[in-house]
Amino acid sequence: MAWFDRLRQGLGKTRDLLTTDVRDLGRAWEMEWDDLEFALIGADTGAKIAAEIVAEAKRERERGTSFRESLEKALLDQLEPNRMRQKLRRVGFNLDVSRNLVEVKGKVVMVVGVNGVGKTTTIAKLGQYYTERGQRVMFAAGDTFRAAATAQLEVWGGRLGIPTVSGPDGSDPGAVAFDAAHARRARGLDLLFVDTAGRLHTKHNLMEELKKVKRVITKADPDEPREVWLVLDAVTGQNGLAQAKKFHEAVGVTGVVVTKLDGTAKGGILLPIVRELELPIKFIGVGEKAEDLQPYDAAAYVRALLDMPETAAA
Amino acid sequence: MFESLGDRLQGVFDSLRGRGRLTEVEVKAALREVRVALLEADVNLEVARDFTKRVQEKAIGSDTLMSLQPDQRVIAIVHDELVELLGGKAAQPNLKNEANVWMLLGLQGAGKTTTAGKLAYKYKSQGRRPLLIAADTQRPAAREQLRVLGRQIGVPVLEVEDGETPERTKARLGEYLRANYRDLVIVDTAGRLQIDEALMDAVADLKEALGPNETMLVIDAMTGQQSLPVAQAFDARVGISGLIMTKLDGDARGGAALSAKHVTGKPIYFAGMSEKIDGLEPFHPDRVAGRILGMGDVLTLIEKAKVLEGDDEDGPASLKDFTLQDMLTQMRKIKRMGSFTDILKMVPGASKMMPPGTEIDEGEIGRIEAIISSMTDKERRQPKLLNASRRKRIAAGSGTSVQDVNRLMKNYEQMKKLMKQFGRRPPRNLPGGRGLGR
Ligand SMILES: Nc1nc2c(ncn2[C@@H]2O[C@H](COP(=O)(O)OP(=O)(O)O)[C@@H](O)[C@H]2O)c(=O)[nH]1
Ligand SMILES: [Mg+2]
Repeated sequence: MAWFDRLRQGLGKTRDLLTTDVRDLGRAWEMEWDDLEFALIGADTGAKIAAEIVAEAKRERERGTSFRESLEKALLDQLEPNRMRQKLRRVGFNLDVSRNLVEVKGKVVMVVGVNGVGKTTTIAKLGQYYTERGQRVMFAAGDTFRAAATAQLEVWGGRLGIPTVSGPDGSDPGAVAFDAAHARRARGLDLLFVDTAGRLHTKHNLMEELKKVKRVITKADPDEPREVWLVLDAVTGQNGLAQAKKFHEAVGVTGVVVTKLDGTAKGGILLPIVRELELPIKFIGVGEKAEDLQPYDAAAYVRALLDMPETAAA
Repeated sequence: MFESLGDRLQGVFDSLRGRGRLTEVEVKAALREVRVALLEADVNLEVARDFTKRVQEKAIGSDTLMSLQPDQRVIAIVHDELVELLGGKAAQPNLKNEANVWMLLGLQGAGKTTTAGKLAYKYKSQGRRPLLIAADTQRPAAREQLRVLGRQIGVPVLEVEDGETPERTKARLGEYLRANYRDLVIVDTAGRLQIDEALMDAVADLKEALGPNETMLVIDAMTGQQSLPVAQAFDARVGISGLIMTKLDGDARGGAALSAKHVTGKPIYFAGMSEKIDGLEPFHPDRVAGRILGMGDVLTLIEKAKVLEGDDEDGPASLKDFTLQDMLTQMRKIKRMGSFTDILKMVPGASKMMPPGTEIDEGEIGRIEAIISSMTDKERRQPKLLNASRRKRIAAGSGTSVQDVNRLMKNYEQMKKLMKQFGRRPPRNLPGGRGLGR
């Protein structure tokens, strides 16, 4: 599986930079619990979750499970917000997510996040993913704030043959979203991805603007947007949880896309996010090209994180 | 939201307070908390470990534990070490009389292009003649982004063409400079992962060709534990001379950039404080230390207030005279400095005074305005007059409730008290403390 290899390759490249590394865990037969805790923190899980995972793995280990399996279990439990699927997985039933289409509820997906995380690129990738699977897709260049952000999405739309609705730089993002939502309905297309300007979750006015964009979409197309996806950069530290919380509060996030997992960042902040907000992870971004997007699979993520051979757990 | 390091430390030391001395075990336990707090501020693990080790040596190795207020002493050691870790003094990039070339590097999405525009704007307004080079041929419309920025600020942009070699770029730049006098060339490069061998080689070649006198690594303040390997790799492969921290206007504590600074030994020159073109400020290490400690960013706040002071003819004559009208004026001014939530973060102790997770209701200013407008001049000057029946009248007049009025009065009293704490001189434009939230 290409993305898995890339992910693992990425994770393997800077081995020597840190003394204790979460990547050593998969190989280690056993290690000090303290070291494990710090390794997890080094992967950006945060101190609290790291302690929880250690406690859970410890319990499992005391039941006689191997160190590695105990750890994998503890991690997976944190990463599976869906209790039902968690149970299924525990009895050995593994969904092969990569073979299933990642379903979108409704027709309109609003894409939100802080500046520079990869929203626009992710929309391009999503366009490629769903077009390849027979869906007719449209883009809305709703970032009218950043210079040439509209042009950026238009370039992608052109490359992928996806119609892109846009307005002039500096114009009202709500107007662009409205026109696009309208146009999608009129043309009977399957999916609309609405790009938005990056904004820090602490900026009250900008968060209000985001709410407005969402309301305006509903005006053009009642019941939409059914999905609001938050894009999160894997390199994000503990601030990621605050980001997710604030965006969730403002516009009701229904899914998360984690980008830049082709680097050395491990995206450990996902753990507290999944845990506290119970948000499903939809996709991961593993590069800058349109095809560098993969459906998220918790088990594969954990295996890649621990650098275990993929077959070991399949 | 995270507890600040200061709150955390305070919690640990509160339990020890009142005892004449601290034991070694107690200090060690406290320092474990410090380490966790540093990690929550995204300070790199290795850096945090070193840090607590050093504090421990200082605290236990001296007569600190026997001193009069050992808890305060330990906090002071932590603070000093943190300032030390952050680099102590502010530093500015090396700017020669002419022929400056500054290059910006970093991961994807760190904020290089925006920062390039901000730098050009900043130095243009200081009388320099900047030229921007758009060398990000990777991301769609990245060059266009810089072109637009350049047009907005009246700075020319030289665009690198697809597939252009560094030698060719150098030649084109030389040609341009022969025809046009420019004394500061700012090069925006494509974002790249530090493990991408090909792209790292490419940017090293570009650096070699252009021979910049400053090579700055742009780091997002929201970065986590990866800042250390990223900074190390960029420094080892390309060589950097300084750092720029972006997006510090959010609520990220910026421990990552701090770690990058620590491991590379390079100063942090600037901090990005807003999306606007003038949102780049000199980086003050001690202030960020305070931010991480939760001691507030008073200096920054006072400086911001000073900028607004020019039009401040209606400020309170003295602290004693601080009236409700003054409060309203101050609040409107503060509002211009940013959101209340942002501003409050800079007020020492404010984060502690508010229950965790408290959010400032930005609509509150509207209510406050309505309430104060419904008072008579006399009431504004002499709030003591406001008895129950007057408060009822004011609530009715302003379309609020008596509770709203009461809360405002409480805020006012607190604000007055808080201002007194700032001493005789700088009462102007300082915001109030607790209670603006709900
Ligand atoms: N390596 C890598 N880079 C990415 C990924 N996703 C986005 N990027 C890059 O991150 C930068 C910012 O992306 P952009 O989509 O403009 O972010 P936005 O501001 O959130 O819309 C661009 O240089 C993208 O090419 C990813 O999964 N991996
Ligand atoms: Mg964008």
